[in-house]
Amino acid sequence: MTGRLLAAGPITGLGHLLGQPFLQHALLAGTAIAVLSGLIGYFVVLRGQVFAGDALSHVAYTGALAALAAGLDLRFGLFAATVLIGLLLGVLGGQAATDDAVTGVVFAWVLGLGVLFLSLYTARGSTSNGAASARVLFGSILGISGSAAAAAVGIAAGLLAVLAVIGRPLLFASLDPQVARARGVPVRMLAAVFMVLVGATAAEASQAIGALLLFGLLAAPPAAALRLTSRPGRALALSAGLAVTAVWLGIAASYAWPRLPASFSIMSISTAEYLLAAGWSLARHRAGRPYEQTGRPAARALSR
Amino acid sequence: MTGFSWNLIADVRDILSYHFMLNAMRAGTIVAVVCGTVGYFMVLRRQSFAGHTMAVVGFPGAAAAAWLGVNTGAGYFGCCLLAALAIAALPGGGRAAGRGNSEESAAIGTLQGFALACGFLFVSLYQGFLSGLTGLLFGSITGITDGQVLMLLAAGLVCLAALAMIGRPLLFATLDTDVARARGLPVRLLSTGFLLLLGIAVAGASQVTGSLLVFALLVAPAATAVRLTARPGFGLLLSVAIAVLVTWLAEGIAFFSPYQIGFWVTSLGFGAFGLAVAGQWLAGRRGPAEVEPPHAKTEVETLHPERSG
Repeated sequence: MTGRLLAAGPITGLGHLLGQPFLQHALLAGTAIAVLSGLIGYFVVLRGQVFAGDALSHVAYTGALAALAAGLDLRFGLFAATVLIGLLLGVLGGQAATDDAVTGVVFAWVLGLGVLFLSLYTARGSTSNGAASARVLFGSILGISGSAAAAAVGIAAGLLAVLAVIGRPLLFASLDPQVARARGVPVRMLAAVFMVLVGATAAEASQAIGALLLFGLLAAPPAAALRLTSRPGRALALSAGLAVTAVWLGIAASYAWPRLPASFSIMSISTAEYLLAAGWSLARHRAGRPYEQTGRPAARALSR
Repeated sequence: MTGFSWNLIADVRDILSYHFMLNAMRAGTIVAVVCGTVGYFMVLRRQSFAGHTMAVVGFPGAAAAAWLGVNTGAGYFGCCLLAALAIAALPGGGRAAGRGNSEESAAIGTLQGFALACGFLFVSLYQGFLSGLTGLLFGSITGITDGQVLMLLAAGLVCLAALAMIGRPLLFATLDTDVARARGLPVRLLSTGFLLLLGIAVAGASQVTGSLLVFALLVAPAATAVRLTARPGFGLLLSVAIAVLVTWLAEGIAFFSPYQIGFWVTSLGFGAFGLAVAGQWLAGRRGPAEVEPPHAKTEVETLHPERSG
């Protein structure tokens, strides 16, 4: 059993893998979600909003369980909660330097509410409360249905279209907000729109890898990309590519070793990608190339 | 179990007639005292993100311990202390890692995600443990054994004794780092020592509130106290009192209600904090109080008596 994929030889194994409908759905949804998360995540890391991403992952859990408790579709709760809170964070985000203690207290409570909805959901007579909770927390990409996969692709395409429209001014505003504002870029509005995008991405990614493992696609691939290059276009492509690689390899690994949950494989591979990138950039630093050459791109290049 | 009645004495007697509730109350009290104390310093030092990270790293430890059939308490303590050492080795020392260096916070986020994924792997390797998953993440009042209470007591005593020894210099180093360093206080060493104490407190709190809700006992009481008073001694006492009260009430309510303790403990903590903020607002003040550093001269005298002469 240690390798349905490997036993029959790699090519036959791959053919076998692609012939399964549930794997086709997983790969289709996973690829769309990975591309979206990799691109949005680049801006999240660049703007230093990783903690906001953390907060939105907690909100995603509570939203999903609230929907389950109310008997609605899980995805409705996910998107409603994360988009709403994302908008709130984006509007309040102008006074960014909020107290970390306040953030901690509020988000512990949001998760606590999630626990309440979990109990309410159980009280409604549903049998497997642990399973539903685990599905929201840790995702279940191999269990995604054909229609859910199609919806995930559609939503990802819509969000990417929005990102394509605001991408360039957003990059400028992220790197040098003062200069961008002086040149008439609507910095505050961009920040709000962007947080809504992050919220929707969190809801999308929760379906694949779960609310708690969001960082596997939202933080690790872009952080690795930022280690490898300072050119925004290249970093964006690299970040999306690394995220897609993690999802594909993760799904393949979980198919080959069924005891590994897919979310765990995906998270492990993206962590490994980040560690390799960090190691490579450290080694290059040792070899005499200063670290400052990678990392944050120069804003000047964009203002032209 | 009889239901809730308005005869509170009978209710308390009812709760304490169950051995598991007695253990939950004992464990909760120990954890609340430790968290109230350590959490106060954590809030002053702005290290809540570090505390959260340690708690998340404790989760795979506990899940692995459950999978291997070892005491889960040992899993929590082992992993939280390892995480404390790792954070102490980072250049920023885990300080306010939520903002500032965005790459470092992305790295910490990746670490958190990976730790949770490992925990999930152990849980799914241990078949039929999914209901235990909720307990590990969101707390439970039923699973605390006598051995765990003893372990919590020993760890709590060590933690409080150590904090009593380094408390004053730590407070000084927290509130006025530059002056403390200039006067020869070992700031870096104090910081590492504190992170280890925070690791103990987080590991203890995780066993009551679960890994994801440690903030309910670590941050909420301390953040409330900081809003109410600027005097460190009084603030510490207040923080401990709020933490103990929140824990007792939450465990009592959770006993009679169908909902998990995690919901009650976070809601009560959030309620206490909300009341403090509302009170402040009525009094016309905003934000946390500026806690006064202890008198600088006595500090150097206690640490280096030979220099004061």
